[in-house]
Amino acid sequence: MNSMTDEYVTEDGRRIGGTVMDLRNITLRFGGVVAIKDISFDIRQGEIRAIIGPNGAGKSSMLNVISGFYVPQEGEVWFKGYRRGPMKPYQVARLGIARTFQNIALFDGMSVLDNIMTGRLNRMKSGFLSQAMWWGRAEREEIEHREAVEKIIDFLEIQNIRKTPVGRLPYGLKKRVELARALAAEPQLLLLDEPMAGMNVEEKEDMSRFILDVNDEFGTTICLIEHDMGVVMDLSDRVVVMDYGRKIGDGTPDEVRNNQDVIDAYLGVAHD
Amino acid sequence: MIYREAGDFKTSYRSDGQTFPIRLDRWGYYAVLAVAFGVLPFVIDDYWANAVFVPFLIYAIAALGLNILTGYAGQVSLGTGGFMAVGAYAVYKLMTAFPDISVMIHILLAGGITAGVGVLFGLPSLRIKGFYLAVATLAAQFFLVWLFNKVPWFYNNSASGQITAPTRTVLDIAVTGPTATAPAKYLTCLVFVVALAWVARNLTRGTIGRKWMAIRDMDIAAEIIGVNPLAAKLSAFAVSSFFIGIAGALLFAVYLGAAEVGEAFGINKSFLVLFMIIIGGLGSIFGSFAGAAFLVLLPVLLKNTLVGGFGWPTDLAAHIELMVVGALIVTFLIVEPHGLARLWQLAKEKLRLWPFPH
Repeated sequence: MNSMTDEYVTEDGRRIGGTVMDLRNITLRFGGVVAIKDISFDIRQGEIRAIIGPNGAGKSSMLNVISGFYVPQEGEVWFKGYRRGPMKPYQVARLGIARTFQNIALFDGMSVLDNIMTGRLNRMKSGFLSQAMWWGRAEREEIEHREAVEKIIDFLEIQNIRKTPVGRLPYGLKKRVELARALAAEPQLLLLDEPMAGMNVEEKEDMSRFILDVNDEFGTTICLIEHDMGVVMDLSDRVVVMDYGRKIGDGTPDEVRNNQDVIDAYLGVAHD
Repeated sequence: MIYREAGDFKTSYRSDGQTFPIRLDRWGYYAVLAVAFGVLPFVIDDYWANAVFVPFLIYAIAALGLNILTGYAGQVSLGTGGFMAVGAYAVYKLMTAFPDISVMIHILLAGGITAGVGVLFGLPSLRIKGFYLAVATLAAQFFLVWLFNKVPWFYNNSASGQITAPTRTVLDIAVTGPTATAPAKYLTCLVFVVALAWVARNLTRGTIGRKWMAIRDMDIAAEIIGVNPLAAKLSAFAVSSFFIGIAGALLFAVYLGAAEVGEAFGINKSFLVLFMIIIGGLGSIFGSFAGAAFLVLLPVLLKNTLVGGFGWPTDLAAHIELMVVGALIVTFLIVEPHGLARLWQLAKEKLRLWPFPH
């Protein structure tokens, strides 16, 4: 991994392209607390990029910077070759960045179908009058997008709960619906904040399979945070390791596994 | 046995997304429409129109409006009475200023003006939510009532401070003023109710409705998936106020005929409509109708039973009526917090499996 800008093909045959998201010298402070200190890394087209680190390392803050929820005090965020200025979260969404949340953020009062349909809001262009009359564009769009959403429902194998209110679903399914909602936006960059937190082994296997399939079939670039080391090492192409708001490692799973700083951060180090 | 979805297969997303997916519901809906348009106008008399149907229809519009804002978009409002006053005074000014233009257009315009005022008072919702927003809209309620009392221009400098609806006709039939007949009043309100309920249903099942519900259920997640909270909240205020303004215009022009703002559009109205949507069911079109029916019909029913049936004195009956309605509201909130709409839905689910629930 010496020439960072060249395209290459992974062992399992996926094509990794140039840089999509480039974070340069990001520093994020909350008052006097420094959450992220001078971190730079990039995410390349088509890869699965993981961010790991002990609790409180600043991983979620990093994801919030990428998704535009936090604006860093210093540093630059470059997306698809353009420098991104301070933006509202909904504007970032329109650039093609979707995400899921650590603690599920679905719309409990709506059905699974409606929840996933909200993922396509930015692609719907029908005007107010057309919607009020349910005439022409509004109805046409509804059916078009329903078809797209049904493909995702098939893909994630949640056909049987389509019309169920989300509030009634068990945890693992909620996580899957949230992934479906993010996928419905057909994002170029998909951010997953602990997609497997609180799942049992079987659910984790399912979710891992879905993440790999999304990456493989749709070519979606994925950036994920996860605590389960086995999952991270298996899924990801490259890993960023954070500790106390700093980057202490960056590279392929193997490189990271053998990095002394990373081992120290996770296992602790004897001070003599 | 007849109420089944089995065998009623949906072969397109269009038919899957329709309003009444079960055949019997569809028939029921058409039957209600047929009776409302085809039978009732010929049999309705002044008592039934003034005591039951006209207020029910008008409050159904107001409840629909508030339900869009509170039930679908999650923004609590206590300004309903004030916004109804805006609709009433707008239609009054329009009717007296442009007597040659159809009153139907005036009523629609009054809705439009109220939508504008609603957006203005909806601006605080971008910063505050929940109880605090309720207090901010309460300010709208008091301010608007004060304004219409204080500025004589709004009531055309009339000595009594009241506004009185002049006679206006649609197709040469008087629908406002003292000469309007019961069927004319009823049909005017019915046309608006059917049209607005249809619009409400269309808006809430499509993109705009999903944006509102997303903001209601989790505003941060809504923003992250690309909902502009400013546009979503203000459009909810606009549409809701449009409905409420039309309700206010109809209440004044068609139902009351004459109104004094503090009396007709006071804080009591705001609470009445809020109770309607809470009892009927938040976030449900059917619930708006059920709640309006409940709170309009129940007092009439109680009065008839107590005064007509038991022969109690009217003032005693009036007090008992207040207590009974209050107690019923409390009971309702405890037994079924999701309102009549939820009860209706549960009943239908049971019926779908009846008589073999397993």
